[in-house]
This record gives sequence, C-alpha cells and structure tokens, in this order.
Amino acid sequence: MSTIIGISFGNTSSSIAVADNEGKVEVIANPDGDRSIPSVLSYIGEDEYHGQQARAQLIRNSDNTIINFRDFIGKQFEEVNGELTKDGSKVVKTEDGKCGFKVKIDDKEEILSIGEVTKRHLKQLKLAAEDYIGKVVEGCVITVPTDFNDAQRQELTNLSNEIGLKVHQLINEPSAALLSYLTNNEEEYLKDQIFAVADFGGVRTDGAIVSVRGGIMTILTTLHDHSLGGDSFDSSLMEFFAKDFEKKFKVDPRKNKRSLAKLKNEAITVKKTLSNVQTSSVSIESLAEGFDYQSSINRLRYELTIRSTLAKTTSFVEKLIEKAKLLPSEINKVLLVGGSSNTPKLSSELSSIFPPSTEIISPALDSKALLPNELVCRGAALQAALIESFDEDEVKESLQPIVVNTQHLVNSIGIKSSEGKFIPILVNETAYPIKKSIEVTNGSSESVSIEFYEGKKIVKETILEPVKQVYSDGEEFSDDSDEEEEPEIIKEAVEECGTLLGSLSLKDLKPDSKLEIIINITQDGKLHLSSRELKIGSVATKVELSFK
Amino acid sequence: MIVLPAGQAETSAKAQVTAPIRRPIEPVGRFFLSHATRTLRGHTWSEYEKIEAEKNVQQIETNEDEDLGDEEQSEDLLAHDPRDWKTADLYAVLGLSHLRWRATEDQIRRAHRKQVLKHHPDKKSASGGLDQDGFFKIIQKAFEVMLDSTKRLQFDSVDEGADVLPPTPKSKYDFFEAWAPVFESESRFSKKKPVPSLGTLESSKDEVDKFYSFWGKFDSWKTFEFKDEDVPDDTANRDHKRYIERKNVAARKKLKQEDNKRVIDLVERAYSEDPRIKMFKEAAKKEKEQKKWEREAGSRKAAEEAAAKKAAEEEAAKKAAEEAAASKVNSKKAKEAAKNAKKKQKRAIRGCGKDSDYFGDAGKSADIDADLDMIVDKLDDLQLASVAGKVADKSAAKAAIEEAVSELSGASKLDKSLLKYFN
Repeated sequence: MSTIIGISFGNTSSSIAVADNEGKVEVIANPDGDRSIPSVLSYIGEDEYHGQQARAQLIRNSDNTIINFRDFIGKQFEEVNGELTKDGSKVVKTEDGKCGFKVKIDDKEEILSIGEVTKRHLKQLKLAAEDYIGKVVEGCVITVPTDFNDAQRQELTNLSNEIGLKVHQLINEPSAALLSYLTNNEEEYLKDQIFAVADFGGVRTDGAIVSVRGGIMTILTTLHDHSLGGDSFDSSLMEFFAKDFEKKFKVDPRKNKRSLAKLKNEAITVKKTLSNVQTSSVSIESLAEGFDYQSSINRLRYELTIRSTLAKTTSFVEKLIEKAKLLPSEINKVLLVGGSSNTPKLSSELSSIFPPSTEIISPALDSKALLPNELVCRGAALQAALIESFDEDEVKESLQPIVVNTQHLVNSIGIKSSEGKFIPILVNETAYPIKKSIEVTNGSSESVSIEFYEGKKIVKETILEPVKQVYSDGEEFSDDSDEEEEPEIIKEAVEECGTLLGSLSLKDLKPDSKLEIIINITQDGKLHLSSRELKIGSVATKVELSFK
Repeated sequence: MIVLPAGQAETSAKAQVTAPIRRPIEPVGRFFLSHATRTLRGHTWSEYEKIEAEKNVQQIETNEDEDLGDEEQSEDLLAHDPRDWKTADLYAVLGLSHLRWRATEDQIRRAHRKQVLKHHPDKKSASGGLDQDGFFKIIQKAFEVMLDSTKRLQFDSVDEGADVLPPTPKSKYDFFEAWAPVFESESRFSKKKPVPSLGTLESSKDEVDKFYSFWGKFDSWKTFEFKDEDVPDDTANRDHKRYIERKNVAARKKLKQEDNKRVIDLVERAYSEDPRIKMFKEAAKKEKEQKKWEREAGSRKAAEEAAAKKAAEEEAAKKAAEEAAASKVNSKKAKEAAKNAKKKQKRAIRGCGKDSDYFGDAGKSADIDADLDMIVDKLDDLQLASVAGKVADKSAAKAAIEEAVSELSGASKLDKSLLKYFN
C-alpha cells in the first residue's frame, strides 16, 4: 500500500484515503470509525479531542471547540468572515494580524494561531492514516477549493511539511472529484464531455465547469457561494423544530446557546437519516428548561422546510452555467460532490433545470455512484498513487506553468458528412498537442472529398406546447401552476459547418471501404490533416494548416 | 458509420484556424502525466505513442520464457535410483539446470508442471513398462525441496552443478576471464550483499583492496544438512539415533571448516595470481624510489646551488678580465687617435702660412714656416686644438697665430725675439 495519502481538507469535515497497488481506493476511517472526520478540535483540561468527539463538545464546551477554520489559513483577520465560528471558539486577531483561536488548555488561556490549529488537525489525520496503513505516512496530496489563493496554498504546504507530512501536490477539489469519477467509470474517461461539478459543503458551495478532452481536464469557470451549504439545511430544520417546541411548551429554545447546539446536533442526524428513509423520529432530551422534545418528521415535510435553500442551490448551478456562457444542454454531466448532495430532493430539483440528455450523478439517482462526500479524497488518493512512481523533481517540473498552461482550441474542427452535417473530430476546448482520428466510409462513391471545417455554434430554439402536469401526491402549488400555462422554450446548442479550413480527396475507392481521417496538432501550432484508406500500403493525402 | 460526400476536392489549405486560448489544465490524472512527460521530454504525439508501445512490448517479452523446463534429462538421471534422490541433480530433474539458484518460485512451479506432464506414471505406463515411476518420484522430491526455502538453501549449498571451478594452476589462462565467474558463483553464499566484483585490469587500488578484504573476511551461509545421513526414527534405537545425530553435527562442522578453508585457499591463489597486485607492488616500489629521490632533494639542491655559485663567480671573473682587456685596447686606440689628431692639427697650423699664401708676404715664406714650426712645438694640446680651429679660416689665420704668439710669450713659453716674422 502506498505511503502517500490523499487528504480532502474541508471546513466542516475532512477525509483521508489511500490507493493500493491495483489502484483500488480505500477511504480511511479514524479510530472513532468515522470516514467523514469533522474538522473540529476541542480542549478539555489538558486533553485534545478531535473529530466527532470534539464536535460533541460544542454543546457543553463550545468556547474551547474550534470549528470551520480551513478558510482562514493564510488570510488576514480583516479578510475573514468571523460569523463562521459563532457556534464555537470565536476567531480572534493574533499579533501578526492573522487569525487565531482563544482556548483554555489546562486552565490557562492560550491563543492558538490558525497555523497551529491546522497542524494539529493534520497531525490527527496523519495518525489515523498510519494506524490504518501500519506504516509511516510520508507524504500526501491535499485538495483545496479553486478560490484558494497562492499565499494560502503556500501556507498550507508549509504547515503540512512542518509536521512531516510532505505535500507532493495540492490539487483543486473539483478536479479531484472528477478524477475519481472518471477513474471509477473508465469508459467515460476518453469521451469529450463538459462536466458541471457542484460541491455542496457544510458552510460553502463551490461550482466548476470542467471540460474533459482526451482525458485532460480544463476548468472553464468557477463560482463560489460562502453563505450556502449544508448548514443552511440544518438551520431550516432547527427553526422548524424550535417553532414546534415553542408551540408545545411555550419556551423558546433559540435563546440558549446550549439548546441551540443540541438542536443543531439533532438536525444533522435527522437530515442524514432522511436521505435514506422516508421518516425520522426526533428526540432531544432536556432541550430547554428541562423539557424533552419528541416528534417525528417525514421527508416531504423536510423538503418543504428546506425549499428556499434548495431554490438557492438550483439558482447557484444556473448561475454557474451562465457564467461559463453555456446552455444547460451543453453540460453532459453534473457531478454532485459534498455531504449535502446526499439529499434526494437536491438532485431531483437540479435535474429540472437540465434537459434529459444531461446526466446528474448522485447516489440519490444512481445507487452505484460513489458517495459524494468521498469523491474528493478518493481523487486525491488516486493522484497520490499516480505521482508516487515519479521522482519528486519530475513532479515539480510537471507543475510548472510551461507545462500546465496549454493552448486550447476555440472552435471545434471537423468534417462535413454526405448529409451536410458537421462531424467534429476535435471539439472546442481541446488542449493540444493532440492527435485524433476517426473512421469513416465512402459509401458507394468512387472518390470522396473531405472538407475540414471549423465548427460554428448556433442556438436552436424549440417551442414545446404546455403539458398539463399532475402531481402524484395531489399537492399543488399556486405559484407553480402559473408557469405551466406558458409554452416551454427549449434552447439547444448545435454546431454547424463554419469556415472551410482545407480539403482533401481520396480516389479510386472500392464501395464501402474503410477510411481514416487524422488531425494532429503539434506543440508549435501546426495542424496536420491527413486521410487514408485503412489498407496496408495505402498512401495518405495530407494538408497542413496554421493558427491565426 | 459516417459517410463522406462524393466529389473530387483539390488538396489545399484554405483558411487559418481561429487563434487558440492559453489556459491552465488541471494537473491530475494519468493523461496529464503523459502530457507532462511529452512536454518535458519534447516528444511529439506520435513519438510518445511509439515509446509507450515499445515499453508494453518489452514487458510482454520479459514475461515470455515459455521454453522453461523443456530441457532433456540425461539417460543416467532418468535411471537414477529414487531412493538415492539426494544425490541427483535436482535442478536438472526439473529441467532448470540453466537457471539453478536463480530460478524464481514461479519458474519452478511452471517447470514442475511441465515435468509432471511429461513423466507422470500414467503416461509412462501407457507407453509400456510398469516400473517407470522412479524418475517421477525424484521430480516430486525435487519440487518439495525447491518450494521449501530452508531446504532449497540447503540443497543450493551442496549443488555442485552450480559451482564454477577455478582454472587449473599449470594451464595458461586470462586471469579475469577465468576467475570472475568463480567469484561470482561463490558470492551467492555471502551473508553480506552486495558483493564487490573482481573488476578489470583498470580497477583502482581501492577497489582491488576492497575486493580482497571482503573475500578475506568472507562470511558464508553455506550449510551441509543436505549431506546428513538419514536419522533413524526414535522407536528403533535411541542410542543409535543420537549417535547418528552427533555424527551428522560433526560431519557438518567438518564440511563447513573444509569449505571455509577452500574459500581461503581460493582467495589466496587468486591474490597471488592477480596481475593488478603485481602492478600495484611495482608501482609502490617506484613510488618509494621516487620518494627517496625527493627526500634527498635538499642536499642535492645545496650542492647544485654551490656549483651554480661557483660557476657564476668564475663567469663574473672571466667577464671582468675580458672587460679589462677591452678597455686597455680602447685607451690605446684613443691615444693613437689623439696623437693623430694632434699631428693633424700641427700639420694644419704649420701649413696655414702656405695655405694662406704666407699672409701676402710670400717673400718671407721661409721665415714664416720656421716661426710656425717653433710655435707649434710650444703649443700645448688645448691651444693646439683652438688654434688649429681658428687657422682653418685663411683670412683669420694670421690674427690667430699672432694671438697664440702673444699668449705664449705672455706665459713666457716662447721667446718673442727668436721669432723672425711674428715678433
């Protein structure tokens, strides 16, 4: 087993994974048995608690419990949103203007800098991994959100190196998630597709549009929302419970910090339960003023409670696609990442904004899909296993801008079929150098002309007559019914033949012989177009093009 | 499949492709690593494909040693008594005599399977002859030994087939060609790895010293359990059993000692024959001489310096003598020149009367000449030169002579009354 692990370091929770020699990835559980390890540290007396145990301390010992600290790494105190830590130990300004946390360790007030907190957290993760592997863990690949700036990346690398966990590479969360999806579905890897990767985390939501061309990924655009996340679901549920409790006992549990913490705990449990079953019971002992709270909630009620948050998530994804200047139909697959993606309603809501041709990958729609909260750390572990066989210098060299910054095609390049259709060979956003070939036939004609075109995107609009929709459960919403009266317009992007780039011809062909058309773009920006008969001894016809 | 339109388009490039955009790609996944390798090594797409394909082909080739265990066993081996299986060459039995201790477990398994297919009693009895399972028994025994790592080491220890014998002492042979395989085969018994190689004629002294010091302290794992006499089981006679056991232990010890002795002799012989050792000895001798020569350099230098000093002194003396002689000659010459000049001046003064037509008194020419002769004799060197200069001008000659006369008479060198013309 590899001694380089993959770490997904989140605000709410972290996970660690390792790949074995055959490329099988194992997500490692910590000594508590959790595979999704809360990124929480708590101090009681001189003892340090980590993970789920530390999170449990939020009820009694919230001032000594550090939560949601990941985004503070490498940032000035003024730049960060202190609201994130309101439930635990509040973020304070340290002497050097960075963030820190004031905690009581062994009855002494201490200010732990953000670096120290991160180091302690990573150390715990390292220990958990070493327990599982049985060997000293030497290095790691850590995932970071796409909006982590260079200073933050450098800071995280330094911190990790300091505790003896050498960072071999920092990779972006969406690409890690995509890598584990593609590796798990090998047949998808070499298809030219555009993915929307939506990461619904605990306190933030990140989206990225990623094009995959010949196995090479390029992030086209990213979008971040720091106010949306799983915590929003929790607060909606808490609010619902609190109202119910208030109605029953005439006591407001929202006034007491400890009651709130208890509510939050229960809300998380209920949320997770409802992702799998239809009904969940709710029971909180001594929620406020000695009253116990007991109730039950079904999935439909829950989905109604979180309706406004769900609406925000769908509009987030819509905004993401808009930002990329794409149409929903141009997205081939939507990959849902992060714990909140387990909510079944989230995936069904999302599917409403995409045409049926777009596949939404989430466990709610496909039981075989990988767990969305494990996708990222699996990707990191896969990347760790890949670079393990390379020299450290080689890996470093590979990450240099000269290698990473690559030329991408703006328009697709393809040929015209006998029906006049544009057949793309290399699609837009393909990074070169690349070589790709397709197999075609001449049909019954003796000689054929092969015309190479640049693709031209046009938007086709189809108007659908309104269909009367009937809800199976008989419920109807007045605001929805208005929309249904209007005809639906479906926008679709189609590629047509644009500029004629060049032409070739093949002569003296037997009917239905196999032909091969090859496009090869070299590093220096020369396009070599060639075609030949798939037959031993055939002569290829060639033409060379260049970029403007 | 896509059908192409009919037609005969000309082969031509018509337009340029829209300019590309530079964007960072995500540095993850194996396709990125391929891209990075291509970029860093400067391979084109096709070159890279070729290299990768070659790599795959090589991998397949190394996996293919299909003819494993196809070796034919000798008649003697096939007829070997299975009760004496320990004396048989167990690697040859499995058809692995070309690999021997290098054979991997996988190779042993495959070779065994092949031998079983060939020598199974069922197959043998089909081709006649009933008592043909002797060799098959040996095969099974050999397989058992080979798969048990301890037993295999024990067999390897006494596997004479793998030993390379040292060259016969009297024959003529190349040292390295003959000895390298010997040490290579011995080195497999070394507890310490890696074992230094014999090297070549060009090896440095350090390398050679390291080699011999390693072999001088050679620590071998060779054991001789395989040559043990079979220990009878406990039930028959305990004393006899113990006796055999003791005998075995003693025999092993003896064999081990003998083997150690053999290695020591081997190394000593090689050392004595090693051309490099001779070379190094000679080199050392030379160096010693060189050192001695250098050590004596001090006194030699003093002697040299003294000699040089002496030579320099002699040289200086010689030079001084030469210079003295030269200056002598020079002064002589100068004197002569001065004399000549004086003569010339005298002649000029004496002749000045005649030259200037006796100052217009040609009648008194005899008197003038006589006077001039007298004046010239009285003039000293300096006056001589100045007067001679003055009389060169004919018109001023008389005045000059008169001046000289008055000067001479003033100095009472000349009695004016004696003069006939210039009085």
